[in-house]
Amino acid sequence: MKQNKLTITNETGLHARPANQFVQTAHQFDSDISVIKGDATVDAKSILGILTLGAGKGTEIIIKAEGQDEDIAIQTLSELVTTGFNE
Amino acid sequence: MLKGIGVSSGIAIGKIHVLENAKYDITQDKVADAKMELDKLESAIEQSKVQINELHEKALEEIGKDEAQIFQAHLMILEDKVYLNEIKGLISSEKLNAPGAVERVTQKYADIFGAMDDEYLKERAADLKDVSARIIKNILGIKMDIYSLSENSIIVAEDLTPSDTAALDKSLVLGFITKEGGATSHTAIISRTLEIPAIVGVDDIEEIKNNDFIVMDGDSGIIIKDPDENEKSEYIIKQEKITKAKKVYSRYKDKKTLTKDNKQVSLGGNIGSLEDMESALQNGIEGIGLFRTELFYLQRNSLPTEDEQFETYKVLAQKLEGKPLIIRTLDVGGDKEIPYMELPKELNPFLGYRAIRLCLDRKKLFVTQLKAILRAGKYGNVKILIPMISSMEEMLLAKDLLADAKEELKKENVSFDENVELGIMMEVPSAALISDMLAKEVDFFSIGTNDLIQYTTAVDRGNKKVCHLYNEFNPGVLRLINIIIQNAHKEGIWVGMCGEAASNNTLVPLLLAMGLDEFSMNSVKVPEIRWLLSNIEHEKSKQLLKVLDYKSSSEIAEVLNKFIEECM
Repeated sequence: MKQNKLTITNETGLHARPANQFVQTAHQFDSDISVIKGDATVDAKSILGILTLGAGKGTEIIIKAEGQDEDIAIQTLSELVTTGFNE
Repeated sequence: MLKGIGVSSGIAIGKIHVLENAKYDITQDKVADAKMELDKLESAIEQSKVQINELHEKALEEIGKDEAQIFQAHLMILEDKVYLNEIKGLISSEKLNAPGAVERVTQKYADIFGAMDDEYLKERAADLKDVSARIIKNILGIKMDIYSLSENSIIVAEDLTPSDTAALDKSLVLGFITKEGGATSHTAIISRTLEIPAIVGVDDIEEIKNNDFIVMDGDSGIIIKDPDENEKSEYIIKQEKITKAKKVYSRYKDKKTLTKDNKQVSLGGNIGSLEDMESALQNGIEGIGLFRTELFYLQRNSLPTEDEQFETYKVLAQKLEGKPLIIRTLDVGGDKEIPYMELPKELNPFLGYRAIRLCLDRKKLFVTQLKAILRAGKYGNVKILIPMISSMEEMLLAKDLLADAKEELKKENVSFDENVELGIMMEVPSAALISDMLAKEVDFFSIGTNDLIQYTTAVDRGNKKVCHLYNEFNPGVLRLINIIIQNAHKEGIWVGMCGEAASNNTLVPLLLAMGLDEFSMNSVKVPEIRWLLSNIEHEKSKQLLKVLDYKSSSEIAEVLNKFIEECM
């Protein structure tokens, strides 16, 4: 199991287009991936789950992955967040 | 006769097709065979995917990319394992019937989104309901009837979802009438995009039945059931006139705005939300002359944040691809209900605590908005417009706050456009009369004729006893407009107009003669006004300036009308 703690930097947050992009990217991996914000844990492959987080700019989240491609999954999703979804 | 809100112009005459919203009861009944229920769900989901893919194709072809994206969002929901597993879980563990399970899980998410006070998520809640209704109908084997229009029809419905409008055979739809909805509802936006007449907000819609014969007017919002021969022929003539004129106007959508003797002016659109942008662009606007930001502040529980505003301004600026976007700062007062702002009720709100007066008092609110606009300046040709300036002192205070906003952004290390142009509304006579001095302080003026007329003539046009005194052709008002334009040009700044007068066909030649540089209006009027200007010679229009010495509005209107007749 791998995990990484990050802060959301893009203006929109994990919302609208970036949320779609995040979920679609998560779908490329076989690992089970989840996103944690405070007490809430949601499946990274669920658009409804991600949207209910309401993770705006400046929010701290943890991305967790478990499975054979967990390393690359964490790396790819973290990059997406830290580069601000190309906004 | 019935009446609603006309949201897409044009006349339709024809037979009614009522879209029956299939009635079905959803129970929380248990089932004996959960396995069978799961199978039903599974095949309903597959069926829904096929349908949505079809709608996506159809929307892409017939409506546009933005509309098609809605169906991609629908597909993402149908592929959301967490959502589907929750539904399946309820069926397996509680032996709940499949439609009941879909409904319960959907409601849970719709409630969460609804409570988050976020426009985007509210739209997603609507998507979710649209998708879940589709799954449930597929489980119950309810045929979605709207695929089956057999003749030209006027569509009547409670409300229209994207699924409804995409599925309809648009070549057979003459008009839309709905019970729900307002000027920014999905029905309104889509009908304007498709240029199909539409009326929403019809309270007594139940009176209209299948196969009724009606005429509807998408401008006035009037619906006449079983019109007599006279009414019928009256509307047929009106319709033919509109169709002919529209054909002529539509050729002017993508042209430059040039007078007959090749003087160029600019035609802009007035919009109040992101949704209006699509139709504005389609009508060939050369910029947004007025973006009203009030919607941001209405219908919510707290002030919009800087980021929220920035996101919207940025998207608007990007969509315009370098064409100007003039953002007017908050223009509200005691006549609007905004509970969280605790605006005192006033006897005379239009002479009270509103617009820039409120913003100079609530500095943080104002600076927040200015910062959002300055940041959006990075993404296009953005300009700031301040409403209701009535003195030099206010002007200078507002400029100080703009400087503060820039200072704050610098400190925060946030990038913004240092050179965003600043303009003020010319709508108060005391400002118009010192426009020579104000012109030295700003980059442009925008004349707000609705308020300028109200404040100059001291007339409330909502008051039936005096509204006849409210008149665009009032000689005093016209002189003030001329003073503003001449003073601006002396200082080398440009002048726009964003009130209704800017798209008043009769007045346009006179405004051209005065030298108005930009006319901003409801964007559907843009092609028509562009056509009108193409028939007028600027040099010749200057003879109209003589009306500034006329004594009465009726004389002035007569001369202007005669001039137009001679030009055509």
